[in-house]
Amino acid sequence: MNMIVCCKQVIDPEAPPASFKVDSSTNKVVPPPGVPPVISPFDEQAIEAALRIKDAKGGKVTALSLGTKLLRDVVKKPLSMGADELVLLEDDAFADGDSWSTAYALAMAIKKIGDYDIIFCGRQAADWDTGQVGSGIAEILGIPSLTLAKKIEVGDGKARVERLTADGYEVVEVNLPALITVTNELGEARYPTIKGIMAAKRKEPVVWKPADIGADTAKIGTAGRRTKVIKLFQPVIESKCEIIGGDNPEDVAAKLVLKLREAKII
Amino acid sequence: MSDYKGVMIYGEVTEGKLSSIAKELLGCGRKIASDLGQQLSAVLVGSGVGGLAQETIASGADKVYIVDNPLLKDYQTETYVPVMEKVVKQVMPQVVLLGQTTIGRDLAPRLSFRLGTAATMDCVALAIDPASKRLLQTKPVFGGNAQAIFTYDSDPQIATVRAKVMSPMEPDASRKGEVITIDASLDPSTIKTKVLQQVKEEVTGIKLEDAAVIVSGGRGIGGAEGFKQLAELAEVLKGAVGASRPACDSGWMPETAQVGLTGKIVTPNFYLAVGISGSSQHLAGCSNAKTIVAINKDPEANIFKAARYGIVGDWKQVLPAFTKKVKELLAK
Ligand SMILES: Cc1cc2nc3c(=O)[nH]c(=O)nc-3n(C[C@H](O)[C@H](O)[C@H](O)COP(=O)(O)OP(=O)(O)OC[C@H]3O[C@@H](n4cnc5c(N)ncnc54)[C@H](O)[C@@H]3O)c2cc1C
Ligand SMILES: Nc1ncnc2c1ncn2[C@@H]1O[C@H](COP(=O)(O)O)[C@@H](O)[C@H]1O
Repeated sequence: MNMIVCCKQVIDPEAPPASFKVDSSTNKVVPPPGVPPVISPFDEQAIEAALRIKDAKGGKVTALSLGTKLLRDVVKKPLSMGADELVLLEDDAFADGDSWSTAYALAMAIKKIGDYDIIFCGRQAADWDTGQVGSGIAEILGIPSLTLAKKIEVGDGKARVERLTADGYEVVEVNLPALITVTNELGEARYPTIKGIMAAKRKEPVVWKPADIGADTAKIGTAGRRTKVIKLFQPVIESKCEIIGGDNPEDVAAKLVLKLREAKII
Repeated sequence: MSDYKGVMIYGEVTEGKLSSIAKELLGCGRKIASDLGQQLSAVLVGSGVGGLAQETIASGADKVYIVDNPLLKDYQTETYVPVMEKVVKQVMPQVVLLGQTTIGRDLAPRLSFRLGTAATMDCVALAIDPASKRLLQTKPVFGGNAQAIFTYDSDPQIATVRAKVMSPMEPDASRKGEVITIDASLDPSTIKTKVLQQVKEEVTGIKLEDAAVIVSGGRGIGGAEGFKQLAELAEVLKGAVGASRPACDSGWMPETAQVGLTGKIVTPNFYLAVGISGSSQHLAGCSNAKTIVAINKDPEANIFKAARYGIVGDWKQVLPAFTKKVKELLAK
C-alpha cells in the first residue's frame, strides 16, 4: 500500500478564542503571538488512518504539505508519528491560495510522487473550515473520493470505508486508487515515540518548487484563486451573562430555576 | 457567464421526506431569486422521489426537476455528481444552493471542481450585491472565531448553507409550478463505489435537531456515568442530551450527540452547557439557541460569553440541586 497524506500547517485552532485577531485592512488573520502553529487536527488523524493500514498490511506513507514558512518541527510531526517520507511544496508562489489553487498544486505533486493506492486528507482544514481540497484533488486525478471516513480497511484492491451520515454511518466499498477524507470519529492520533522523534530529526524533507511539479504558475497561489475574500471580520458577541451566586448549591439552583421560570424558559 | 439564469436548490430527501434543510434552502433561494428577478427551481435526486414535487412547489419552487432512478437510492459521490453535472449543464442556473449536510459537504466541492466553477461551504448569510448582482457568501471561518464574505466570478455560484439559519416559507398548497423529469443516464459499470450497509445510531427520545431543550455536557463531566445525570434532567425537561466533541470522542456519548461545527447545529429555546468551556467550534453549533445557561467551575470560561445565565461551580454539586428544584417546580 502506498499512501499519501496531505497535511496542512495551521494556526492552532484550539488557542484561546480571546487570542484570535484579524487585520481588517488586509483581510488576514494575525497569528496569535507565542502560540506555535500545528498540523490541522483532522490531518493528524489522516496520518493515523494511514499508519493503521501500514501497521496491518505494510506499505509506505508519504506526508505532503503545501505552504510558506513551514516550521520543520511542525511539519515533521507525521514523520515522528511513523510516516516514511515528507514532501514540502514550499514557495512564495504557493502562498495565499484557495481550495482551487491548493488542490491543483497538491494534485500535481501527487502525480509526481506517482505510485499511490490511497490519498488521505483531513475532512476540513481547521483554519478556513472548507473541506473542498480533498474532493478537488480526486476530481483532478480522476479517482473516486469518499469523505468523512471514520474507519478504513483495505484488501483485494479495495477499501471498505465507514462514512459518517446524518444519523449514523454507512459502509462503502471503493476500488483503489481512491482519495479518502478522515473525520475525528476515527479516534485519536498516536503520539510520536522518542524513536520516531529522533528519526524525524535526521530525515530531511524533499522540497519542491512550482517548476519541480510542472505547475502552471497562473494556477497556483494567489494567481490561481477563483474566490475572493471581500471582508474578514470578527462577529461581536454581546457579553451579558448574569452570574448567579448564592450561599450553597441549593440556593443557587433555586435562584436559577426562578429566573428561568420568570423568563418563561422552563 | 450571462447565459446562466435562475436559482436552483438541491432538495435533499431523507427517509422519503423533503428534508427541513431543503425547505430552508427554498425559503432563502426564494429571496435571492426575487432579488435577481429570476425563477427558483429545485432538483430532487433519488429513487421514488417524484411524489415530493408538489410539496417542493408549495414550499417555494417555481420548477422542480426530478431525477429518479433505482441506482440513486443511496447517496454516492460517483452517481450524484454526474447527475448534478447533467442537471446543471441542462438548466444553467446562476446560483446553486445545497445544505451543509453529510451529502452537501461531499457533493458541492466535487461538483464545483467538475463544473470548473467554485463553491463556498457552510454559509450563514447570502445576499445579492446590488451593484454587481453577484452572490455575497458569508461563512464562519477559523472555527467560528471570524466570518468571511466570499464572492467569485464564475457561474454557477455554488454554496452550501448551514442548517437552521434560513427560514422556510409558510407552505402554500395552492402554489403552481412545473415538474420536469431528467433522465439519470448512468452507466452502472463506471461506478467505482458500492454502499454495503447503512447503520443508524439513533438515540432514543427526542432528536437533538428538534429538541426545545438540550442538556449538554463536555469534558468536565468526566465520564459516561455523569451523563446519566444530564439525561435525568433532560427527561424532566422533555429535552435531549447533547455533548461536546471530547465527550463523544471519549465514548461517553454517541457520535451523533456531538454539537458544533463538525457535529449538529441546534437551536433549542434552552441550552444548558455543563462542563463545556465554550470553544468557538462548539459555539458554532449552539450559539443560536434562544437562551444558553452555563455551569462551569472556571469563571473565565469562554462559555460565559455566550450564556445568558451562569453558575460558577462544580456541576456535581450544582446539577443535582438544579434537577431537584426543576422537578419540584414542574410537579406543582
Ligand atoms: C476543526 C475543529 C472542529 C471542531 N468541531 C467541534 C465540534 O463540532 N464540537 C465540539 O464540541 N468541539 C469541536 N472541536 C473541539 C473544540 O476545539 C474543543 O476542543 C472542544 O469543544 C472542547 O470541549 P469541552 O468544552 O468539553 O472541553 P474543555 O475545553 O476541556 O472544557 C471542559 C470544561 O469543563 C469545566 N469543568 C471541568 N470540571 C468541571 C466540574 N466538575 N464542574 C464544572 N465545570 C467543570 C472546565 O472548567 C472547562 O471549562 C473542534 C475542533 C477543531 C479543531
Ligand atoms: N496547504 C495544504 N497542504 C497540505 N494539505 C492540504 C493543504 N490545504 C488543504 N489540504 C488538505 O485538504 C484537506 C481539506 O482542506 P480544506 O479544503 O482547505 O478544508 C485538509 O485537511 C488537508 O488534508
